[in-house]
Amino acid sequence: MIISIEYFYWLAGVLLLITAGMILTDRTHPKRWTSGLFWALFAMVFLIGDRLSPFVVGIGVLVMAGIAGIGGVGRGTHAELHVKAARASAGRLGHKLFIPALSIPLVTVIGSILLKNTQIGGVPLLDPKNTTFVSLGIGCMVALVLACILTRDTPLQGLRESRRLTEALGWTMVLPQMLAMLGLLFNDAGVGTAVAHVTTAYINMDYRLVAVMVYVLGMALFTVIMGNGFAAFPVMTGGVGVPVLVGIYDANPAVMAAIGMFSGYCGTLMTPMAANFNIVPVALLELPDKYAVIKAQMPTALMMLVVNIVLLYLLM
Amino acid sequence: MQTVVNLWPLIGVFVIIIGFVLRFNPLLVVSAAAIVTGLAANFPLEKIISEMGEGFLQTRALQLILLLPLAVIGLLERHGLRLHAQNWIASFQRATVGRLLIMYLFVRETTAAVGLTSLGGHPQMVRPLLAPMAEGAAENKYGKLPAPVRQKVLAMCAATDNIGLFFGEDVFVAFGAIALMHTFLLGSGLDVEPLHIAFWGIPTAICAFIVHALRLYRFDLMLERSMAEVAREEADAAQELAR
Repeated sequence: MIISIEYFYWLAGVLLLITAGMILTDRTHPKRWTSGLFWALFAMVFLIGDRLSPFVVGIGVLVMAGIAGIGGVGRGTHAELHVKAARASAGRLGHKLFIPALSIPLVTVIGSILLKNTQIGGVPLLDPKNTTFVSLGIGCMVALVLACILTRDTPLQGLRESRRLTEALGWTMVLPQMLAMLGLLFNDAGVGTAVAHVTTAYINMDYRLVAVMVYVLGMALFTVIMGNGFAAFPVMTGGVGVPVLVGIYDANPAVMAAIGMFSGYCGTLMTPMAANFNIVPVALLELPDKYAVIKAQMPTALMMLVVNIVLLYLLM
Repeated sequence: MQTVVNLWPLIGVFVIIIGFVLRFNPLLVVSAAAIVTGLAANFPLEKIISEMGEGFLQTRALQLILLLPLAVIGLLERHGLRLHAQNWIASFQRATVGRLLIMYLFVRETTAAVGLTSLGGHPQMVRPLLAPMAEGAAENKYGKLPAPVRQKVLAMCAATDNIGLFFGEDVFVAFGAIALMHTFLLGSGLDVEPLHIAFWGIPTAICAFIVHALRLYRFDLMLERSMAEVAREEADAAQELAR
């Protein structure tokens, strides 16, 4: 392939390393050394992670968690453009400000759909396994060029802004990856089988409605624990869906699968384990309550679980 | 059936729940849960740490979505993107938070349903565009929002993006989850067309739109009520002061 996801790992690593460098040289930073070390370690995962043994990376992860645990990841001060100047610039640039912002999703979509199978001289243009991520990376670079031209600011300022937002997110930025890691470990350790055993072994599924409820609510509960509906699906469908709903009650497997997965998504809406959807936006929007987004989603998720039970019961 | 299942790894789940409830740093909680789960499954410590490193490396791509847009978004915010989004929506007299978010929910869900899942997202859409627009629509109507109300509006923006995405993407036949379901069912001896799985997602997707749109409609009423209360309190305070 011509454009591999590797390049964007390196780009991410360089961005993080620059952030770490800026922090380490910032004498006014309240947590200069520990914050610098935290981001430098994170940068290493992207820059040389593949060449390190997984054990060393694991130790690095534990050190990062330790730094975050003792409150070692702090936030530096940042010179923002004066409100007046920002207002003037907003007035001057107007709708043009939307162009770079919207070019990120636009390029991502074009890349991941139109250029998906493009080949140059028999070599695929985009990393075939990671078209979306690679397209997003290209989109961000296109957008950065557009933004620099439009605002007549420098890429260096872009790096400063990247540092500002990285620090605003803080350790929250690492959480989705940590949880995905935990999900893999949960799978290996057999947490899935244990949960399926607990949810199914002690409930009498002689009634069709009870069986439907066990499947729908089990998908949701399991997703709440794992943070991911994809991990819940094989366990609950293998434990209840196929043997009971299809085997005994003769359900249409397509209906069962579709509604089962959506029930898992209801779980995703309710769990801090799905950090990239539920916890990261809290940090991005700078809300004081860590669970603000989950609280906003909870009523919709619960109502949809009821809807799913009814739909599965009627349609299967 | 009785003795084969090892229930000890469930301890890891309890570590997570207790850690989150007691509000320890989540990175520490997750690390602790990983180690406890591994030990409960009789893995040696070295293997647990290696698995953590391995898993962390495997999931790096997740980070790109969050990290790469930051430079552009920051640069545009510095030059007034959020301000402009706020002012622009305020020029629509009939715009309310609820109406704006219902429209966004519709666009997000339908575009996701045809595979355009990357049209939204928290770093590139919600923070720089949707959230300031919702805030602008609310301030246009009620003036400056008190902090708790403002936070509710912003949280609802993020929630609407998630809900639109989740219930839209699963209707798209080439989406990964459909492939996963198809493969798993095939492994259980059930040959189901991926198109059928996608099709039977549609009733839930439509219900999700209705349920959340109704909530957004009621969100407007809730805003109306709480802002009226704020106004009344202010009027009372002013009267008190005048006396």
